[in-house]
Amino acid sequence: MEFLGLDLPSYGWETVLGSAISGVFLGSIYALVALGLTLIYGVLHIINFAHGALLMLAMYAVFFLWKFLGLDPYLAMIIVVPGAYVFGYGLQRGIIGKASHGRDEIILLVTLGVSIVIENAALFFFSASERSVLVPYDLDGIDLGVTYAVYPELIALGGSLLITFALWLFMSLTDTGKAIRAVAKERQGARLVGINVDHIFAVTFGIGTACVAAAASLLVPTYAVHPQIGYLFVLIAFTVVVLGGMGSFIGALVGGFLIGVTEQLGRLYLGESMGVITISVIFILVLLFRPTGLFGQRSG
Amino acid sequence: MTTRERILGWAFILCALALAPLFITSNRWIDFLELTLFIAVLGQGWNVLGGYGGQYSFGHAVFFGTGAYIQALLQYKLGWSPWLTLWFAISGTAAVAAMIGYLSFRYGLRGSYFALITLAFAEAFHVVSRSWSSFTEGGQGVQLTLNQDPALALVTFQFSFGGPFMKAYGFYYTIFAILLISYAATWWMEHSRFGAQLVAVRENEDAAEALGVNAFAVKMRAICLSAAITASGGVYYVQKFLFIEPGIAYGTAKSVEALFAPIIGGLGTVLGPLIGSFFIHGVGEVAKEAIHGIFGDRPGVDLILFGIILVLILAFAPRGLVGLLERVWIRLKARRDA
Amino acid sequence: MLDVRTMSKSFGGLKAVSEASLTVSEGSIVSLIGPNGAGKTTLFALISGFLKPDSGAVTFNGAAITGQRPHQICHKGLVRTFQVVQPFAGLTVRENIAVGAHTRVAGRAAALAAAGEIAQLVGMGAQLDQSAGDLTIAGRKRLELARALATGPKLLLLDEVMAGLNATEIADLVAVVRKIRDSGVTIFLIEHVMQAVMSLSDYTYVLNHGAMIAEGQPSQVTKDPNVIEAYLGHGAAKRLLAMEATADA
Repeated sequence: MEFLGLDLPSYGWETVLGSAISGVFLGSIYALVALGLTLIYGVLHIINFAHGALLMLAMYAVFFLWKFLGLDPYLAMIIVVPGAYVFGYGLQRGIIGKASHGRDEIILLVTLGVSIVIENAALFFFSASERSVLVPYDLDGIDLGVTYAVYPELIALGGSLLITFALWLFMSLTDTGKAIRAVAKERQGARLVGINVDHIFAVTFGIGTACVAAAASLLVPTYAVHPQIGYLFVLIAFTVVVLGGMGSFIGALVGGFLIGVTEQLGRLYLGESMGVITISVIFILVLLFRPTGLFGQRSG
Repeated sequence: MTTRERILGWAFILCALALAPLFITSNRWIDFLELTLFIAVLGQGWNVLGGYGGQYSFGHAVFFGTGAYIQALLQYKLGWSPWLTLWFAISGTAAVAAMIGYLSFRYGLRGSYFALITLAFAEAFHVVSRSWSSFTEGGQGVQLTLNQDPALALVTFQFSFGGPFMKAYGFYYTIFAILLISYAATWWMEHSRFGAQLVAVRENEDAAEALGVNAFAVKMRAICLSAAITASGGVYYVQKFLFIEPGIAYGTAKSVEALFAPIIGGLGTVLGPLIGSFFIHGVGEVAKEAIHGIFGDRPGVDLILFGIILVLILAFAPRGLVGLLERVWIRLKARRDA
Repeated sequence: MLDVRTMSKSFGGLKAVSEASLTVSEGSIVSLIGPNGAGKTTLFALISGFLKPDSGAVTFNGAAITGQRPHQICHKGLVRTFQVVQPFAGLTVRENIAVGAHTRVAGRAAALAAAGEIAQLVGMGAQLDQSAGDLTIAGRKRLELARALATGPKLLLLDEVMAGLNATEIADLVAVVRKIRDSGVTIFLIEHVMQAVMSLSDYTYVLNHGAMIAEGQPSQVTKDPNVIEAYLGHGAAKRLLAMEATADA
């Protein structure tokens, strides 16, 4: 079929729908990864370049827990998520916050530096080989007619939505959540009413890292782990956040699903390799024409 | 530092670099120097846009890779002389920079957003170069024919089969020449009206505009100059290794190396990228030796160190090694004068 | 020299500037006063090209400059300073001023030399090689003025250049501003410091809630009941008159 002058293959609607549905499953993971990123941006106003590296680290943690303790990846969340929170808290409070002196351009470079250290430490200690987790249920699933949804995908979708909902509850109902929202809206004012802003920054970073750890747990059954995997996801996460709007939860969700579906359809019509370029193209277009994204309020 | 001190300092450094090959016999150290100068060139390219202009690019590989690919493809597909293709490589990459710059600056992208979009462009070029096999030879890369005729060494810009001097030092002096030219261009820029306006835009774009600086035009010139310098590194790479493929051209490695050197060495200074490159590669060598003894040859050590150094420099010495050296120099002089 | 006709600008639902008109004649010092939030800086931003008006027009020396970019307007001879000072913190005072000088001069050495002269003019000669980031607020205000002056303007828009200064510093700066006008530069200033307004201005405009409510000689304008009400609140004019009546009695 003809589209924008390109000669694309024709598919029946079932194939397209099946592709779109797998895009939704994929998108739910993207949304969860992006959730942490958008939260960090919304509160600290920094783009966390270390986000992908943290995802990779969490995935290795899940993998090693499986390998040495036989722990099911989903159950590993119980250990990895709190652990990630502590790690993220410490990272922000101890390193990123300290090194940046609060200047935006410097924070950018510091998080880049941190991501380089983490990625290469993983390369050094774990080597570049891929590690895969084998779970007994990773090929079983539900037949949806147009596609076969394996359990890991369903769990990923359910898990992402659940965690997003839980996070939303946390932000709306708890004192800490309110404090976080206060700092996001008005940093100086929050300081004036006695909120410890440095602590809240670290808490937010910790939560963002915890989200990423949860996503890691959901990803490991399906994706092989290797030091570069963080980088692959980071660009996608950025695209989701920019598309959905920096600092917006709804944006992360909607953006995640949109990107997931677009990527799968892109793969379907343009082939495996070119399909990936749809992400970059969307990213560039959104940055140029609507940098606030679909639901965001602040721009650059 | 007085101008005279500066000139003497530079003369010393440049003479040392020019004469180094005559005193160093080990191939390994010549290679080390060459690599260091190569990264110093890429770093200076980044420095023009990032250090002087304040626009941090996280995808500078897009300029290295495009320069390399143009250099390679024009020779591979059309059989042109490398001495001709290099002009196209440099100007072609500057044109690409103009496009990226136009899109980014016209839409007012700054700070993190600018860094992100350069990353996206590098990724996009990476994917395209891998997929558009009919044009770029895709994943297998472009392999240039090796010239084995010594008489043609200079003409083909390939020195491996030239006379003994050319063979050993041909590429060293190539990158040294590129360094000289690009650093001279940067020095000239720093002392020109363009440089003053670029730095003003970096410090405060609105204030600069109010004072008559056309920020958009200035940033455009900066990104084109930056790209040209970086592309010349790509030209050197292709001639030396006679091979380029998407991962090398557009991978994150070059983007990251391009920014390490100037940040660690000293943003917005001519010397910064050179000192930064020497420092990180020196540290890298030491680290590799040390680790080799304990762990064997494992990748990643040097980059771990570079990342740590980057964060340390940003935290404690934002003006980089050049800033530190200047402070030491001032203190030494004060003590001498006292 | 400067002619602003019914300029309006809204941000969302808020009308920041509403049908404002004013004229600045060559060689004069005109002031724009009004309570905080009246829209004075917005008006400056509209005139100097940092904001595009929703409606209205600006003419400078007969040429329309509405909607042009700030650097273009600067080259035509209209320069503004900022209420919140914006020094090039990483550069020295001399280098800061040189950026302005480069509007007229291409050579680096010439620009740096011109910067030195301008610095002397505003009394910053001793601080030429200091880092701009190290200056006090008074120093930064002066630097702001010097930079703008270095561009060789015909009309200078000064935004609260006296704010945050003590009485001596204000007196010094008033003298400097007068010297600048005497050298042939027309001045249009936003000011809260009444001492400066009264001693400097030939003519005054008053802005409140985005609209011009009065204009005239400074001494007349400050007695205008509308102006008094704008600053002191509704009914203030009557109360003041009543107070004066009882005082006379």
